[in-house]
Amino acid sequence: MRVSVRFFAMYRERAGTSQVDMDLPEGATPEDLMARLRSAFPSLPTGSSALVAVNSEYADPKAPLHQGDEVVFIPAVSGG
Amino acid sequence: MIHITSEPLNPQEITELVRKNGNGAVVTFLGVVRDQSEGRRVLHLEYEAYQPMAEKMLHQIAQEIRERWAIEDTAIAHRLGRLMIGEISLVVAVASPHRKDAFEASQYVLDSIKHVVPIWKKEVFEGGEAWVGGEEKGAAPAH
Repeated sequence: MRVSVRFFAMYRERAGTSQVDMDLPEGATPEDLMARLRSAFPSLPTGSSALVAVNSEYADPKAPLHQGDEVVFIPAVSGG
Repeated sequence: MIHITSEPLNPQEITELVRKNGNGAVVTFLGVVRDQSEGRRVLHLEYEAYQPMAEKMLHQIAQEIRERWAIEDTAIAHRLGRLMIGEISLVVAVASPHRKDAFEASQYVLDSIKHVVPIWKKEVFEGGEAWVGGEEKGAAPAH
């Protein structure tokens, strides 16, 4: 299956891009996806403080993703 | 009213949206870019958002204060992009029949924005820049 990843803030700067599509095996989770992203983009922040959103909702990093999902890793927010 | 925009915010216009004859109290909060942070002289801020999700979360926050304080009249506007010192990054206007609810609810909106809404700011200061709240707080060299 293929999912779409969008990068923001520090993740966008470290990845050097704001969007990438990734092919994953069926049943892969956001945690699995992050492991692949770290191989593809070694400069991504290494801490585990980022939350994950799937299709614009906060999501469980251990819940399986689905074809076409949009995934965003959300570092500590600082609006206001 | 929920609005995320790169255009300058007009607090008076936004406040007028929540003024109604049944509301005896209107609380408007402005977030303003200040000129220093942790002893560093700030040059400007850069805001970015995961906009569809940020808008959804702000609507959710407005719904929460509707349920908790029975407040119907809330306006939240957040600006994105490069903001210079003294510019307004955030306007929250909350109106209710009585002041206590309006103060409490606006505080709740602000706390929620700081914790859950996917908006980020980068401080660009003399000698470097840093994402606020990020895990690596150290000053990265400016480029």
